[in-house]
Amino acid sequence: MKVFDKPKALTDAPLHYCPGCTHGIIHRLVAEAIDELGIEGKTVGVAPVGCAVMAYDYFACDMVEAAHGRAPAVATGLKRAMPENIIFTYQGDGDLASIGMAETVHAATRNENITIIFVNNAIYGMTGGQMAPTSLPGQVTQTSPYGRDVKTAGYPIKVSEMLSALDAPYYIERVAVNNVKNVRNAKKAILKAFKNQVEGKGFSLIEIVSTCPTNWGMTPSQALEWVDTNMIPYYPLGVYKDKGAQKKED
Amino acid sequence: MSNKVLMKGNEAIAEAAIKAGCRHYFGYPITPQTEIAAYMAKRMPKIGGTFLQAESEVSAINMVYGVAGAGYRVMTSSSSPGISLKQEGISYIAGADLPALIVNVQRGGPGLGGIQPSQSDYFQATKGGGHGDYRLIVVAPASVQEMADLTIKSFDLSDKYRVPAMLLADGTLGQMMEPVSLPDIEVKEVEKPWAVRGTKGERKHNIVNSLYLNPEKLEQTNFERYERYAEIEKNEVMYEEFMMEDAQYCVVSFGIASRISKNAVVEARKQGIKVGLIRPITLWPFPKAVLKKAAETVKGFISVELSMGQMIEDVKLAIDCSRPVVLCNRTGGMIPSPEQVLESIKNMAKEVK
Amino acid sequence: MTNEILIAGFGGQGVLFAGKCLAYEGLEENKQVSWLPSYGPEMRGGTASCGVIISDEPVGSPIVSKPTILIAMNLPSLDRYEKDTVSGGKIFVDSSLIAREVERKDVDAFYIPATRLANELGTPTLANMIILGKMIKETGLVTLESATEAMKHVVSAKRASLLEANIKALQTGYNY
Repeated sequence: MKVFDKPKALTDAPLHYCPGCTHGIIHRLVAEAIDELGIEGKTVGVAPVGCAVMAYDYFACDMVEAAHGRAPAVATGLKRAMPENIIFTYQGDGDLASIGMAETVHAATRNENITIIFVNNAIYGMTGGQMAPTSLPGQVTQTSPYGRDVKTAGYPIKVSEMLSALDAPYYIERVAVNNVKNVRNAKKAILKAFKNQVEGKGFSLIEIVSTCPTNWGMTPSQALEWVDTNMIPYYPLGVYKDKGAQKKED
Repeated sequence: MSNKVLMKGNEAIAEAAIKAGCRHYFGYPITPQTEIAAYMAKRMPKIGGTFLQAESEVSAINMVYGVAGAGYRVMTSSSSPGISLKQEGISYIAGADLPALIVNVQRGGPGLGGIQPSQSDYFQATKGGGHGDYRLIVVAPASVQEMADLTIKSFDLSDKYRVPAMLLADGTLGQMMEPVSLPDIEVKEVEKPWAVRGTKGERKHNIVNSLYLNPEKLEQTNFERYERYAEIEKNEVMYEEFMMEDAQYCVVSFGIASRISKNAVVEARKQGIKVGLIRPITLWPFPKAVLKKAAETVKGFISVELSMGQMIEDVKLAIDCSRPVVLCNRTGGMIPSPEQVLESIKNMAKEVK
Repeated sequence: MTNEILIAGFGGQGVLFAGKCLAYEGLEENKQVSWLPSYGPEMRGGTASCGVIISDEPVGSPIVSKPTILIAMNLPSLDRYEKDTVSGGKIFVDSSLIAREVERKDVDAFYIPATRLANELGTPTLANMIILGKMIKETGLVTLESATEAMKHVVSAKRASLLEANIKALQTGYNY
C-alpha cells in the first residue's frame, strides 16, 4: 500500500534549497492544496526574487518569474486578464515586505482575488543573510552585525497585523511549519486561501513563519526551536482576518 | 463633412488600442498623458476590459507583464519621469520575450523636469533605458492620425516579433486635436503557445521568465533575440521623405519636430534652397539605409530635435559621418520655431557648398 | 490659405472650448485643422490659450506663434499676444473686460462687449461663443451655417438646451 507520494503539482526537478530549510515543506503544502482542489490545469503561479526564485521549475503549473517585489502586481495582471484561472504568488520577506510593500498593500486593499504565500524567515537568504524587514530586534545579520538596532534600523514589520488593518482583504492568517502540529495547521490555512479564491472571495495571504538555518548559523533542529523561542513570540500565530468567519458570527 | 472626428492625440491612442483588441490598461496619473487613462477608465468597463489605476508606475508595468505573460494585448502609458520608473518592468518584458505596448508622451527632463513637450527620452527609448541587451520597437507618430495608426501597428509588430513596442510621442501630440478616422479593423489573433493560461493538464508547464543562471544559456537566448531584432531591422523600417527628390540639404526630424521642420523646408524652397526632409517613423529600427543613400547626393544634414541632440548621433552613424551634420534644437519643454529651423537651413546652405 | 487663430483668456472663460468649436467649424467645411491647447497649471485660473489652424493645405506645425487672428478675452492675453499678431491680422477684444484699445496700427481691431452680452442673454459663461460669432462674421473664415452645424458635434445632443444657448450666443455675436 502506498502511503506517501509526491503531489502532482510538483515537478521532478530537485529542489535547490539548503538542508533544513522549510521552503520544501511549504512547496509541498501549496502543491497538495492545488492537487486537492483539482486546479493545477488552471493555476498560474508567480515566483519572487529571493530563495524561491526558481520555484517556477518546481511547480508543475504554468509559472511566471516576477521582478523583485512585484509579484502581487504581476498576479493582478494575470487575474484581471483571466478571472477564471487561479493565481498565486510565492514570496519571501524581503520581496513582499520591503521592496514590494506597495504592491502587497495595494493588492490587498483592492481585495484582488489572488492567494499570497508569504514566507517569513526574518532574513535575506539568497544574497547571503542580510537584515530583512522582518529581522527581529537585536538579530545579528550580515548587515546588522551588532544586532538589529531599532533606533537606526527600525522595528520589524508585522505584515499580517498591518494588512488586517485594511478593510478589504478577505483572509489573513499566520502559521508556522516548525513542528507537525503547525504543519497541519499551515496546510489547512493554505488550502483555505486557495479555496477562497476558487469561490471568488478575494485576497488571501498566509504568512508562514519559516527558518533559515544557513544564515541564522544554526543546525536545522536549532532553527526549528528558534522559531518557537524567538520568532513566534514576536509573530504570534493565528487568524488575523477572516471575513468568512465574521459573516458566520453575524 | 468627412467621417472624421476631432480627437486629442492621447484619446486617439486609447481608442486605437481598443480597436486593436487591447482590453487591459494599467496606468498612473502624470501630465501630459492622463487623457489616455481617463479615456480607458470610461471605456474599458463598458467593453468587459480592465482599467486599473495602479499604485505606481512600477506596479503598472508589472501588471502589464502579467497580462502579457498570459498572452493578451495590454498597454500602459506615462510620461518621461514615469517611464523611467517603468524601465525595470520593460527590461523584464523584453527579457521574457513578451509583446506589450508602452506609450511615452514625453515632457522635459531630466528629473521632474517640466510638463511641456520634449523629445529628450530618445536615448532612453532607442538605446535601452532598462538594463541588459535588448531593444524596443520604437515608433514616433507626427499627427493625431498617426497616434492612432501607429498604436495599432505597434500591437501587431509586438505580437509578431514578441518584442515590446514603445510609442514615443510628446506633450504637443498628446494634447492637440486633429481630425482622425478610426475605422473598425479586423484584429489578427496571433497564436501564443508560450502564454501562461493554465496547462489544462494537456501540456508541460509554460514559464514566463527572464532568469538564466547559466551564462551560456543566457548568451544563447540573447543571440536568438538579436536574430529577431535583425529581422525587424530588415523588414519594419518606416520613414517619410518630403521634397527629397533633388534635395541638396536634408533635415532629419521626427514627431512634432518634423512638422515644424516641414514649414521651414517649404519656406526655404520658396527662397530657392533645395532642401528636403527625412522623417524617421520607426526610431528603432532607425532608417539608416535611406539616410546613407541620401548622403550620396545631399551636402549636409540638420537634425531638428526637442532635446540637446540625441537622434543626431544616429544620423551621424547612419551616414558614417560622411557629411556635416548640425543640430537645430530647443529643449526643456521649449519648441523650435519654423524660423529657427529656416535659419539653420540657410546657414548650412551658405556654409556647406 | 492658412489661418492661424489664437484664443486666449482666463481659465474658465471657455477659450479651449471656443477653439474646439472653431476647429470643428473648419472640419465642417472640409478644411485641414488642428487645435493645440496650452496645458498645465494655467488650466486652474491662470491664463489659458489655444491655437487653431484652419488651412487648405495639410497643417505643418500646429503651434500658433504668429496668429493671423487673435481673440483676446482678458487684458493679460491682449498684452501678451498683440505684438505677436501678424501685420494685417485681426484682433478681437472683449471690451467688457479690456479697457484699453489695440495699440498696433497695422492690424484690424474689433471690439465687442462679449461678457456683458452674455450676461444679458442669461448665459454668462458663453462670452466665448459671442466673440467667436463676431470673429466669424468679420473674417468670413467659416459660414454661420457651418458654425451652427459644428456646434452639434461639440455639445452633446443629450443637452439640447445647452446646444440652443450656444447657438444663440454665436448668433448674437455674429449679428452684433
